[in-house]
Amino acid sequence: MIAPAGPLSGCACGRHSRAAACDAQTLSDDIVEAAALRGLFPRASARRRFVAAVGATVAAEAIALVFPLGSLRAMAMDDPLGKLERASLKIGFVPINCATPIIMADPMGFYAREGLKVELAKTAGWALIRDRAASGELDASHFLAPMPLAMSMGLGAQRQAMHVASIQNTNGQAITLSLRHRNNRDPRRWKGFRFAIPFEQSMHNFLLRYYLAEHGLDPDRDVQLRVTPPAEMIANLLDGDIDGFLGPEPFNQRAVFEKVGFIHILTRDIWDGHPCCAFGVSDRFVRQNPKSFTALYRAILKATAAANRPENRADIARAIAPEQYLNQPEIVIRQGLTGRFADGLGNVVDVPDRSGFDATPWYSMATWMLTQMKRWGYVKGDVDYRQLAERVFMLTDARRLMGELRLPVNASASGYPSFKIMGRTFDPTQPEAYIRSFAIRRT
Amino acid sequence: MTIDKARVKATVLSLLFLVVLLGLWQVSTQTPAGAPAAGNDEYARLMGAGGPQQAASGFPTPAAVAAVAIKRLRQPFYDNGPNDKGIGIQLAFSLGRVALGYLIAIVVALPLGFAIGMSPLLHRALDPFIQILKPISPLAWMPIALYTIRDSSVSSVFVIFICSLWPMLLNTAFGVANVRREWLDVARTLEVSPLRQAFLVILPAAAPAIITGMRISMGIAWLVIVAAEMLIGGVGVGYFLWNEWNNLSIANVLFAVALIGAVGMTLDALFGLLQKKVTYAE
Repeated sequence: MIAPAGPLSGCACGRHSRAAACDAQTLSDDIVEAAALRGLFPRASARRRFVAAVGATVAAEAIALVFPLGSLRAMAMDDPLGKLERASLKIGFVPINCATPIIMADPMGFYAREGLKVELAKTAGWALIRDRAASGELDASHFLAPMPLAMSMGLGAQRQAMHVASIQNTNGQAITLSLRHRNNRDPRRWKGFRFAIPFEQSMHNFLLRYYLAEHGLDPDRDVQLRVTPPAEMIANLLDGDIDGFLGPEPFNQRAVFEKVGFIHILTRDIWDGHPCCAFGVSDRFVRQNPKSFTALYRAILKATAAANRPENRADIARAIAPEQYLNQPEIVIRQGLTGRFADGLGNVVDVPDRSGFDATPWYSMATWMLTQMKRWGYVKGDVDYRQLAERVFMLTDARRLMGELRLPVNASASGYPSFKIMGRTFDPTQPEAYIRSFAIRRT
Repeated sequence: MTIDKARVKATVLSLLFLVVLLGLWQVSTQTPAGAPAAGNDEYARLMGAGGPQQAASGFPTPAAVAAVAIKRLRQPFYDNGPNDKGIGIQLAFSLGRVALGYLIAIVVALPLGFAIGMSPLLHRALDPFIQILKPISPLAWMPIALYTIRDSSVSSVFVIFICSLWPMLLNTAFGVANVRREWLDVARTLEVSPLRQAFLVILPAAAPAIITGMRISMGIAWLVIVAAEMLIGGVGVGYFLWNEWNNLSIANVLFAVALIGAVGMTLDALFGLLQKKVTYAE
């Protein structure tokens, strides 16, 4: 060894053995940051004043709050002739209808067209998805939409920067009740009920709690909520161990098919257009493989748009039914996707928007999830809603890519549309006031 | 001749039990052929009438399980991508994981067991650790392994290793500690080198105890792999079972259970043969 690597002999950031490598990296980072800065402050004098006032490092951090810099950086290096950093990727999915875009991108050839060879890893549950994604064993994965937020906060997981690149699906869940409650449809009379949910950090949990609380039941005191894998939800319903569940398709429809339950209410009737699952990825993966990630992102966005077209739904049901994907009867999957279904009480119901696949990861969706995490005591203390929502949800990138791919994109200027949930308006600019407006809460 | 007669009697009785069991099963699960559902009624069709898969509610009959078994065994090695492989491939993956974890356990348990068996001091010093670690369930090891090893496949091998370690370790130590003093004294009188003594005196003397430990460990390893694979997924007979349970296909689950039992029995029988080989009469 000629000279010990140290702060004097090595590079400024200490991560590179050769100063030249560091310089090259810093240079490209600087160019991207300069571009972002130019976008923020079009006038050169204002730009210089900003940097001079706060210093270059703080400026870079401040920009990172506004722009998902890692992915911007990715786009900068994105040259169409360039080689993918990695062509073989492993993507996790849980076998439910929500995984449709991730699955369908394979048979529809969207991965292959981007030059990717994707191995779809069927995974037995959400905790395992979390662990395998955190360890890097999965390059990207199907997540419950609140999971990347929770992981980024270190909630029920090791703290790790994650992203929701796009929403996988909207609507498409339901509250299923045991047939013995067919004449007990008023939630006010459900005190003492036992419900199953797929995971704590899930829209299922948040929507069920919201629905119960709106009917005056305290979900922590008046009922029991149990985290249960979907197949066991049906077995437990059959045994009378639980009274109902708020679960993903095809398991609500499967309970009907097995003649053990009926569909009490679709989640669409709680919040029309609510997000459910997400296509998520770690910040590390985006930074290390910007080109592979962009290719993957395009494939997923195309598949999501294809899944959203009603005329494709019956074909999708046929494609995802076999053993290697959902391993469920096609007729059951189809009812969830097309919205023409048996409700378990002898009626054929027609709800065309029972399931949707809108990819747009609105910041206000993230904000709503954060309000519910706080409302029910999963997070304590102050939450920086705006910062978390905009760091984790990649709205800017999603909309720009969707535009480039000529997919339908909602160009509304704000990333914060408000939502109506059971008749109550959610104003994403006032998250704390929103939480305080609920009588039943843990804060 | 009397031995043979007893054996024949036992076999006949076994078969009788089997027939009675299958008969009871068939009778109790047979559903009377109900009125055929109206085929043109949309509700009935949505509920599966006339479709390829009917509702799974109700326990399958033995005939249904047999049909599944025949279908699965006829094509044991098909490969439809990472999430759908023939039962032969699934079994091979499970056996491979078991073999790997088990071999690592042997490599650790035999030398360590020898050391513990020869040194009462070491025995006393390590005993508390062994006693605490031994009763931990494989399912309790799994999250720890996943969290630290950060690879689900390696984690399952680790869980096999850690669960099959203890019986081997304790039995080896027990066997080594209980070699008859006279034999060691004779060896010492003949001035046999310690290494020669270990391999030519202690090892053969302790072999029956060691093999018994290995046999118990193999049984545990096979129990554990199914549980581990149900948790981590991937390829393997435990994953197959989980995948079919997810589809509420009890016939397939029963088929998997029978297969797991048969493989476990075969493994045990192999160790039984080995045990016979090393047993000696004093």
